[in-house]
Amino acid sequence: MSTTTTQMAANPCVPDATGRFGQFGGRYVPETLIRALDQLADEYAKVKADDEFQTELTRLLRDFVGRPSPLYHARRLSEHCGGAQIYFKREDVNHTGAHKINNTIGQCLLTLRMGKGRVIAETGAGQHGVATATACAHFGLPCIVYMGEEDIRRQKPNVFSMKLLGAEVRPVTSGSRTLRDAINEAMRDWMASVGDTHYILGSVVGPHPFPQIVRDFQSVIGRETIEQCRGRLGRLPDTVVACVGGGSNAAGMFYPFVEHGDVELVGVEAGGRSDQPGDHASPLTYGKPGVLHGSFSYVMQDEDGQTCDVHSMSAGLDYPGVGPEHSYWKETGRVNYTSCQDMTAMDAFDATAANEGIMPALETSHAVAKAMELARERKHDEVIVVCLSGRGDKDAMEIARLKGVDFG
Amino acid sequence: MSAVDQLFEKLRSEHQKALMPFVTAGDPDVEFTQAVLKEIVGRGAHLCEVGIPYSDPIADGPVIQASYTRALKHKIKLDPILEMLGRATTEINAPVVTMVSYAIVYRHGLEAYCDDVRAAGVDGLIVPDLPVEESPQLARICADRQLSLIQLVTPTTPRERALKICETSSGFVYYVSVTGITGERTELPPDIVENVGWLRQQTSLPICIGFGINKPEHVKLLAPVADGLIVGSAIVRRIAEAAKRPRDTVLREVGDYVTDLLAAF
Repeated sequence: MSTTTTQMAANPCVPDATGRFGQFGGRYVPETLIRALDQLADEYAKVKADDEFQTELTRLLRDFVGRPSPLYHARRLSEHCGGAQIYFKREDVNHTGAHKINNTIGQCLLTLRMGKGRVIAETGAGQHGVATATACAHFGLPCIVYMGEEDIRRQKPNVFSMKLLGAEVRPVTSGSRTLRDAINEAMRDWMASVGDTHYILGSVVGPHPFPQIVRDFQSVIGRETIEQCRGRLGRLPDTVVACVGGGSNAAGMFYPFVEHGDVELVGVEAGGRSDQPGDHASPLTYGKPGVLHGSFSYVMQDEDGQTCDVHSMSAGLDYPGVGPEHSYWKETGRVNYTSCQDMTAMDAFDATAANEGIMPALETSHAVAKAMELARERKHDEVIVVCLSGRGDKDAMEIARLKGVDFG
Repeated sequence: MSAVDQLFEKLRSEHQKALMPFVTAGDPDVEFTQAVLKEIVGRGAHLCEVGIPYSDPIADGPVIQASYTRALKHKIKLDPILEMLGRATTEINAPVVTMVSYAIVYRHGLEAYCDDVRAAGVDGLIVPDLPVEESPQLARICADRQLSLIQLVTPTTPRERALKICETSSGFVYYVSVTGITGERTELPPDIVENVGWLRQQTSLPICIGFGINKPEHVKLLAPVADGLIVGSAIVRRIAEAAKRPRDTVLREVGDYVTDLLAAF
């Protein structure tokens, strides 16, 4: 399995029965989890074709999450850039302030279908943790969220929210005490609790069928965008941009566009402080294919296969791996992956706040930055849609710290 | 035929069972790991399982995780581990298998990893995150080099699947006693004896039981149904003391513990 430079068209009918997106994906997990993953894959195949399940999901996304989310023309930001027209797909106005809830509502419904009575989840910045705690509170499911001790320190308001929503937040003290270790610890819990527990993974990562399930639940973003563009503009956009950490908002936005080959898709990874190892979180840009958290995909590893430390100012992008379907889209050339450094993203945050009255999440700001750069080079009648994956209120303290503002 | 196959053939003809201690390579350094291997084989351990430290070991409990973290904190690399194993295998008369994550095997290169461990005198691999579906390529490469690729069966493995795993496993089948991660347990699930008994009727491969075993009582319960028992966290926990106490004392205590376990067989 070496990386191939031969490009073939990306097939939207992935993964195959073994969970492969081309050569990527699969299942690299302990035998103990295989039966639960098989059960999950079987149950998911059933609900995918089940009208009752899909109707219930659609109703909850409308009444509880607030979908469809608006497609918003960022006129002043477009004028500020002086080129193409920038539109925002407003996932930031969803309940809990980000796209994460699209997935947690779907997976909670699946949990109930499987007759499991306990939910576990991992979280980095806390957005997926809050979205899981919210969905679990809605359905009356007990919820345990694993979170690195270091992230708990950095994200106190989200930790408090999860507790208010009735979730138990378990600090993870192993390894680097961040998202990566929280995933390890959630997997370890699941190893001992697979009989009665569902693990709600928050991104398009992990062993099959998680990358597929999370992508499908997030694909409502791309489907709505296509419908809204057709209705409003009478055509599809020229370019779609999304930020990529694990890659769930990007997968949800890109997937429905994959078959529309004339729409340019751009994924933006966290460029951090520099292109030196340890200074960024851009496995698709600087990493190599390898195994992490149960799947084969691009990853930041050293020459021995040990996972590297990574950095991004945005906790949601601060992850050394990426979903296997993104690796597949990279290899097939369907999506163009690039990276954006911390300070460029911060400038985009400022420009969006000042020109649009919208504070995007720091994760999202990476995508906005790339869209602004592209808009400057493009004609006025071209359309660039950015997946505005989350709102920036959660980042206020971090932004203050980065700007050297001291509240005393 | 690998050295692991030969060992179990011999033990079976002598109606003996194997004790297989697990040791983390490089905790606290490779010199001590080498000394531990020599000590435990000197005390009568039949086979050694050497854990290659990995940054993200999802199947491991706190004790083995912590040993990996300690080893990696000292920047342990694969090459010095293999060099140490090369020295250790010349001074001990027992097969050695490595417990290694597929992340490491893949990055090193499947063939290169197998060539290098073989050159170091290693006789088999346990790759806990490589389920049977993903294993054919590595299984072929191992078979070409007389390396056993030992696969795992767990309490959650459906019986039909267990048969498939037995067909592709070589050396022995690793029966995981508990649904969960590695680590010492006070009590083991009551249905182990029955489950292993069932598996025994399905395969002629040796069956070794691991996860949770730490007491002579466990040995007494399980030795009659298994071909061998694997003891990990209880050994690693004792080795962890080496950082704080005289190494000779720790070595002797690990050795005494192995003697106690063997006495219960």
